[in-house]
Amino acid sequence: MTEPPLLEVRDLSVSFPQASGIVRAVRGISYTVNQGEFLGIVGESGSGKSVSSMAVMGLLPRNAVVTGDVLLRGESLLGRDDRELSRLRGKEIAMIFQDPLSALTPVYTVGNQIAEGLMLHDKGLGAKAAAVRAVELLRVVGIPAPERRVNAFPHEFSGGMRQRVMIAIAIANDPNLIIADEPTTALDVTIQAQILEVLQKAKELTGAAVVLITHDLGVVAGNADRIAVMYAGKLVETGAVDDVFTRPVMPYTIGLLRSVPNLVTAGRTRLVPLEGRPPSLSNLPPGCPFEPRCPIAVSACTTEEPPLLQLRGGHDAACIRAGEIESGVLHPSDVFPRPEPVAEGAKVVNERESILSINGLVKHFPLTAGMVFKKQIGTVKAVDGIDLEIRGGEVLGLVGESGCGKSTTILEVLEMTSPQVGSITIAGRDVAELSKAERLSMRKDVQIVFQDPMAALDPRLTIEDIVGEPLTVHGTSRTERRRRVAELLDLVGLEHTMAGRYPHEFSGGQRQRVGIARALATSPKLLVLDEPVSALDVSIQAGIMNLLEDLKLQLGLSYLFVAHDLAVVRQIADTVAVMYLGRIVESGEVGEVFARPHHPYTQALMSAVPIPDPEAERSRVRILLDGDLPSPTDEISGCNFHGRCPLFKLLDPARQQRCLTEDPHLRVIDTTSAACHHVDQNTLQPL
Amino acid sequence: MILYTVRRFINYLILTVLATVIGYVLASAVLSPAARFYGKNPRPSDAAIEASLRRLGVDPNVPLLQRTWEWMSNIFLHGSFGLENNLDPVGHDMLVRSGISLQLLLIGSLLGALLGVSFGVWGAVRQYRLSDQVVTYASYLILATPVFVFGVILMILATNFNDAVSKQVIAFTGQYTPGLDGTWNIVLDRVSHLFLPTIALAALGAAEYSRYQRNAMLDVLSADYIRTARSKGRTRGSAMVRHGVRVALIPMSTYFAYSFGTLVAGSTFLELIFSWHGMGELALTSITENDVNATAGSVFYLSILVLISSTLAEVLYAALDPRVRI
Amino acid sequence: MALLDPTTQGEVDLTAALVDPGKAPRNSSRARLIWLRLRSTPRFWVGAVIVVGMIVWAIAGLWIAKWSPLDQDLINSSTGPSTSHWFGTDDIGQDIYAETVSGLRKSLVIGLIAGPVGTLIAAFVGAFAGYLGGKADAVISWLINFLLVLPAFFILVLLSPVFKSLSFLVLTAFIAMFSWMIMAQVIRAQTKSLRDREFVKAARFMGVGTPTIIRRHILPNVASLLIIDATLGVVAAIDSETALSYFGFGIQRPQVSLGVLLADGTPSATTRPWMFLFPAIVLIVLLFAVSLVGDALRDAVDPTSGNTRD
Repeated sequence: MTEPPLLEVRDLSVSFPQASGIVRAVRGISYTVNQGEFLGIVGESGSGKSVSSMAVMGLLPRNAVVTGDVLLRGESLLGRDDRELSRLRGKEIAMIFQDPLSALTPVYTVGNQIAEGLMLHDKGLGAKAAAVRAVELLRVVGIPAPERRVNAFPHEFSGGMRQRVMIAIAIANDPNLIIADEPTTALDVTIQAQILEVLQKAKELTGAAVVLITHDLGVVAGNADRIAVMYAGKLVETGAVDDVFTRPVMPYTIGLLRSVPNLVTAGRTRLVPLEGRPPSLSNLPPGCPFEPRCPIAVSACTTEEPPLLQLRGGHDAACIRAGEIESGVLHPSDVFPRPEPVAEGAKVVNERESILSINGLVKHFPLTAGMVFKKQIGTVKAVDGIDLEIRGGEVLGLVGESGCGKSTTILEVLEMTSPQVGSITIAGRDVAELSKAERLSMRKDVQIVFQDPMAALDPRLTIEDIVGEPLTVHGTSRTERRRRVAELLDLVGLEHTMAGRYPHEFSGGQRQRVGIARALATSPKLLVLDEPVSALDVSIQAGIMNLLEDLKLQLGLSYLFVAHDLAVVRQIADTVAVMYLGRIVESGEVGEVFARPHHPYTQALMSAVPIPDPEAERSRVRILLDGDLPSPTDEISGCNFHGRCPLFKLLDPARQQRCLTEDPHLRVIDTTSAACHHVDQNTLQPL
Repeated sequence: MILYTVRRFINYLILTVLATVIGYVLASAVLSPAARFYGKNPRPSDAAIEASLRRLGVDPNVPLLQRTWEWMSNIFLHGSFGLENNLDPVGHDMLVRSGISLQLLLIGSLLGALLGVSFGVWGAVRQYRLSDQVVTYASYLILATPVFVFGVILMILATNFNDAVSKQVIAFTGQYTPGLDGTWNIVLDRVSHLFLPTIALAALGAAEYSRYQRNAMLDVLSADYIRTARSKGRTRGSAMVRHGVRVALIPMSTYFAYSFGTLVAGSTFLELIFSWHGMGELALTSITENDVNATAGSVFYLSILVLISSTLAEVLYAALDPRVRI
Repeated sequence: MALLDPTTQGEVDLTAALVDPGKAPRNSSRARLIWLRLRSTPRFWVGAVIVVGMIVWAIAGLWIAKWSPLDQDLINSSTGPSTSHWFGTDDIGQDIYAETVSGLRKSLVIGLIAGPVGTLIAAFVGAFAGYLGGKADAVISWLINFLLVLPAFFILVLLSPVFKSLSFLVLTAFIAMFSWMIMAQVIRAQTKSLRDREFVKAARFMGVGTPTIIRRHILPNVASLLIIDATLGVVAAIDSETALSYFGFGIQRPQVSLGVLLADGTPSATTRPWMFLFPAIVLIVLLFAVSLVGDALRDAVDPTSGNTRD
């Protein structure tokens, strides 16, 4: 008799009764997890991946209707009451949640919250012993000075540190299964790399199996043994990571893999868009739910939903044409062919013309305390003397993690007021010298596209009013506005008949197109793109990126493209500037910087980006950064990166001394510029 | 944290002083202290009226600014709030009366807060069940009833009850029956007199707080950390109590300050309904009798109550929420 | 909760996020969604039917009455409810039914004006303070805090000699002037968070002026809060009016409001309860019904309420 698997999910379905109908969030999924295995469940928002794991934990809201079965070592969990399940939760199965900010109770110390989990499952454990164990656990997950930090409250920790605490709570009772639900989504990429490392370490220590739920194919590629792809509440493809990544069968998986920009390959070819959006789960039509988006759909696809078919070697896929794809009759590039680039527009761009020029820009915020009697207790050096230059038809990618000052930089550009120190020149005019009327007219030339397409559009206005809003400022007549809006909607690939609708009737990708249309309304010269695709599902990103590339060519636009995702920047930018703590640490032509980064921070940043290719991931040696971004109020002497610098640790004391005392400036090295004293000593291998 | 609280206290202190000054200025501007002499028979001579007003420091011929200044300096230098129309010192009267008022206010609001918090938690945990519905509708009914109407209805019920048992079990005029002997009798008598107004005030407080607490709980119950606590192995109920209630109490301290004004007004009405000689009576009769000093004193008393309750709320807030401790 | 506590953020409910990544359910605008939720709330219907009924009664109630509020039936003074005097009569033979209807009219008019006016003040003060920020905000916030420290009811009483002799509209205005502060704080906090929302930033970077941004983007997005506040403001205003009149500082005879009637009925409440109880019941039912509507609205608007939470 074979031993039952650690976790077996059998035909699990979850639905939520709603006023508008029954929402079928999970529709009959089955999978198993063996002892010590690492399973990655991948899907976009609304695919049911989180709901299914909450069902395993028994943590769904009470109105959820759950059918099928969940077996832990052959014993059924479904139908057990809360008391029985609570004995397993935290002991047998532990969970790590996405948002470490809200997942810890704000009023108890972290030590308290770790000890709580310990004492719940070990009634004999005293408070003292639990506290000692809590300190040990904090040390295991890499929290510095755990004896002291154990008494700190969650709000005193950074996001990455809180996620470490969550991991400490999860492994406290040596669980057999750890479910991690998007554990790194809210974190910066260098912190993500740290957390994934800790998760792997936790897995080794406890010998637990891990189910990692994520939307990021790169994260799965580097960590999981097996992968399960979910779409519209169903499993559509499962298999060993290498199998699925190299020989995907389900067209959805193929599309996903082909649409993701890859740090290694980005920028050379156009991205493959995966058009459309997932269906509504409240009243699904019959047939394959992916059929409306599938380029190789046949008529049979609309009548019956294909079951998960067994291919070879534990590789399953749900597609009636799976045989053709697997046998190679249909090649992935036939399923999702790469689109042709558009022809360059007739508009002549003077490539020598400077569109935006920033010189020595400084923006410091006083940090004050007190309510009645304010006193300054420090200075936040959000932007600390940077130079940027964008020429006609050029895209500058500004890269950095949260808190590096890139948002402040673009705000300074958009405010168009005199900066504290330095100058901002737009199309040859210094903004400090503009009159009020000139500034208003200058606003025509610079427009912005925001990150979150939902937040960027007023939910109370129609698309026509939203897109036409910039024109109201410049006294355009109503009929002229209407004509222009129709023209703009066509330009960004939306039906102009949609002008009367409201933002909520559109999908994320469509909303972002509306945001782009609005930005184009006044025919600007420069678009500031603030993380324009990072809030979108991966399958949508490619379409928006292609649109931005096309618009640039057609209209001769210049972009200031701000992003934390290096692959996206690599795809679109001509030049790139890497920002750290208010400074530019490296800049240059994009191909050069990515091929031969000189600054250790750039190298670490690139090394932290997961690549959706299991083989490449396995062969990489990660350059991990220590700790968190220092508080911007800290007074750091010398190079402000030395505290986290991987190169610094390799240097001899004499060279280290220079880092500690002398502030490095950007200097030209080969074809790029980097702000590091010891570029010649750099032996780190980023990719 | 102490520094924070002290700062908040100073802030409220400034507001209180300002409120008191405004109270005095308003009272002086609106009330006409000479009016009560005009109705007298025989009407006193103008000179006599003026002398009498001058003695009280409310002579309208003296510039308002000067009167205000004198009134303020008397408070700071001599701790004197001036004289009432009948020449009693306002300060002394306030001391006696506030003792009476605070008795009702403190017992009523504490009882109300306690009941309100418990009902609120209970209602939220049992959301949409029958018990939640009953608590919800009952609190709406109480909130829809002006507290003095509630008081009168209680009186009608008490009369019927007393009639039914043919004995004066529940008393509802004044704070006590004069001329009783024996400690036990006096205590019983006091309790009997306290009963109805306390119920009325506590019901008002409970109704208000239970709504707030229920909403605060509902906000907290869907929070991620409740889910975390359950994933650690707490049952739903235990996670709610240990993690939910504790966090849901934080905003309550703010509501406590907000709704305290309602309770003060409520206890004022109840004092009048139940013929208590407290600050509420002084406050309202002083206005009808054009007594400037007593009116200003009442404003001072009310501001002090707000000062104390707001500071208390701040302290409570800082004690409950580690995030504001600095 | 989200209405009263500006610090708590509404959480996204789980199933809504499932239906659509963008939170808002498809094919139904927000107003329609609110109406859908409202429609399925029994207490909304109970409240709304009663409120409408009361308004109709206040308008038409005197047409069917046998007596006018000023008639004196001296033969039947101080008698209980009868076929001639449905609610009984008072000491000087005035018909309680006629007086109650007439008092209800006055109370309703005062409530329906003062509540929304208070909300309007709150909306403008709150939106400007929150949007402008900086010095203007500091001054306005301080003023709001100061007004909250002032004992509002007592100040109204203190001011009563000023408005006693004037039209009841002056009283209404005074009530409105002391009822907007808490809501203004809520609107201010909401505006502060809206100001950082990207669609408002976008408008600012386009060069749209402040008054236009407040009118076009801020106010419509706090509209639901304002509607709720205006509804509950009616309750608060009627409450204030009743209390003022009850203690002799509000409406004066020969005009009557429910507060005046309650005051007249109180001395004989234990002996001839009809003089007190009928106006009291009318008042309680009215306020109860309006608060039910307000509460149902709040539940319908607040995304965190609903039966999907656990």
